[in-house]
Amino acid sequence: MLKINELKASVEEASILKGLNLTINPGEVHAIMGPNGSGKSTLASVLAGREEYEVEGGSVDFDGEDLLDMDATERARAGLFLAFQYPVEIPGVSNINFMRAAVNGKREHEGLEPIKGKAFLDMVKDKAKLVELDGRLRNRSVNEGFSGGEKKRNEIFQMAMLEPKLAILDETDSGLDIDALRIVSEGVNAMRSPERSFLVITHYQRLLDYIVPDFVHVLVDGRIVRSGGKELALELEEKGYDWIKEDIVA
Amino acid sequence: MAYDGKDKVLEEVTGKSYEFGFTTEIESDKAPAGLSEDIIRLISAKKEEPEWLLQWRLEAFAVWQTMEEPNWPHLNYEKPDYQAISYYAAPKQKKQLNSMDEVDPELRRTMDKLGISLEEQKRLSGVAVDFVMDSVSVATSFKDKLAELGIIFCSMSEAVKEHPELVRKHLGTVVPTRDNFFSALNSAVFTDGSFCYIPKGVRCPMELSTYFRINESGTGQFERTLVVADEGSYVSYLEGCTAPQRDENQLHAAVVELVALDEAEIKYSTVQNWYPGDENGKGGVYNFVTKRGICHRRSKISWTQVETGSAVTWKYPSCILKGDHSVGEFYSVAVTNNAQQADTGTKMIHLGKNTHSTIISKGISAGNSHNSYRGLVQIMPSAANARNFSQCDSLLMTDTSGAHTFPYVEVKNPTAQVEHEATTSKIGEDQIFYCLQRGIDAEQAISLIVNGYAKEVLNQLPMEFAVEAQKLLSISLEGSVG
Repeated sequence: MLKINELKASVEEASILKGLNLTINPGEVHAIMGPNGSGKSTLASVLAGREEYEVEGGSVDFDGEDLLDMDATERARAGLFLAFQYPVEIPGVSNINFMRAAVNGKREHEGLEPIKGKAFLDMVKDKAKLVELDGRLRNRSVNEGFSGGEKKRNEIFQMAMLEPKLAILDETDSGLDIDALRIVSEGVNAMRSPERSFLVITHYQRLLDYIVPDFVHVLVDGRIVRSGGKELALELEEKGYDWIKEDIVA
Repeated sequence: MAYDGKDKVLEEVTGKSYEFGFTTEIESDKAPAGLSEDIIRLISAKKEEPEWLLQWRLEAFAVWQTMEEPNWPHLNYEKPDYQAISYYAAPKQKKQLNSMDEVDPELRRTMDKLGISLEEQKRLSGVAVDFVMDSVSVATSFKDKLAELGIIFCSMSEAVKEHPELVRKHLGTVVPTRDNFFSALNSAVFTDGSFCYIPKGVRCPMELSTYFRINESGTGQFERTLVVADEGSYVSYLEGCTAPQRDENQLHAAVVELVALDEAEIKYSTVQNWYPGDENGKGGVYNFVTKRGICHRRSKISWTQVETGSAVTWKYPSCILKGDHSVGEFYSVAVTNNAQQADTGTKMIHLGKNTHSTIISKGISAGNSHNSYRGLVQIMPSAANARNFSQCDSLLMTDTSGAHTFPYVEVKNPTAQVEHEATTSKIGEDQIFYCLQRGIDAEQAISLIVNGYAKEVLNQLPMEFAVEAQKLLSISLEGSVG
């Protein structure tokens, strides 16, 4: 599904990713943990194709295609989804119209006709149930005036609508209370399937109690320094990141 | 065989004579360049006008000669040579084309994007249409229906002939001749325009649109429009169209006057898409318009405008809130791209008690363009408990474009409440990226964001106009983010 090889990237001339390797197979859930500034969010942005990030080396293969050769829209249409850490507000654009444009963009890529009104609304109703997104939120402007939890639920709703091959969750747990965390996690779990992969970026182990990963990787200073099963997250929680850092130095 | 040959000859002859007829007509019926009393007499005579109107024009000309072109707008353009312009040309037919293949492909592409039907495209671009009975009957039944209600909707020339008492009573009462340089010029030389009268208590059942008149006479360089809504009546009036309009006249100086008598309501919506010139603004239309309405007791005038065209726009649709409890509204979206310049806004003059006004202005600047909002809110001593709310937002699409706001507020009554909000923002990289990440392409992303930004204003437009206006905004901003 995703094969990252020696990826190097910088932003505003500061080198952040310094040779990152990661392979994700279909159906797998990988978690990336790491201290602040280790490059977690940069990795998400680089994979999604944000222009301010300069790729300086390495390669990324996404489902047989050269990901780095595609622009952000093409990556999205090819099935890469990023749930943002800070979803932006777009005043005056209703959530529904926004999603219709997104769904039709993907359909165009797949050579399909734009979706019919009724089919679209049925789909919205169906997917909104996953994260308990009520009609009021669906018709409001994209994220405008949404609480932190509502914004994150909206991200998962959008993910469900777009049915990506690979979903990257960038600190989706940040700013969530325990109820919102549960709703969001249940939404994600409902979408797990043998064809869909997840890359869960988080600072805390807490999220991984709800979304149980197959693999956990620790990112320090732009490189993955340790990989393991879900028990690695617990170990990190207990010992902190310093333990890993000391380990590397030693 | 012989028959075929004859047909061919006929075709050639008719084709040719048409060509000649077209050019000779211009030559013979065009006044020499320059403006003088003689030219004004010529215009008035050609139009078979009554003496009072000729005198009115001559007075306007005398006033205009004492005036100077304004320098205060935030605009930079080469002032036209008013003596090099020809002020009268017989209403001429648009050059007829034989098929859509002859239409400028750029124009076609734009019309396709606007979703304009093929028949409509032909009409707009002057392609000979096998005149569809339908559209004739639509126009006719439309006129019948209006006549039944006593509504008058015709060209200004026709109104001068058929309804001189109404024209004479109201013409120049809202925008006096000496109001400004361009209104004086227009008063002296206007050639045509629209006239509309809604009788007492009548609610006009359809949107009145110049669309139904455009076939009868082309739009002029100096248009004069007068809308009178008698007591308790209502009318929604649409001006312009979303399709790009090219015109050989560089200077346009229109005057629009609205009269809302007691408890009447006028909703006036404009979509302006004159040719903006090339990327450097060369060849674009200069649009200097004076639009103003007067509100009598408990009446309401609402201006909504979507301005995307012209090289230079100078325009301030205004309301004089004379009657107690009258309401004035101004909703505007002005888009400038490339080298376009717009200085637009409104004036709300509160004279009556308990008068309310609302101003929502959304400027969008792209390319190297400059977009200015200029507004005046004036609360006169007589206007007890007057209220105004103004919101002026500017959206910058590039680092090289400019947004300027010149709000003037004059309050002479202590009971007034005046609120002003203004914001300037650059289109968000984050917003665009968010859209891209959802699989929406850059062009559509900008379209979504800009339409969302302008939604408050677009919502004021009648439905059929609103849809086209949304598409128009997107087209005007194509490839404009930097």
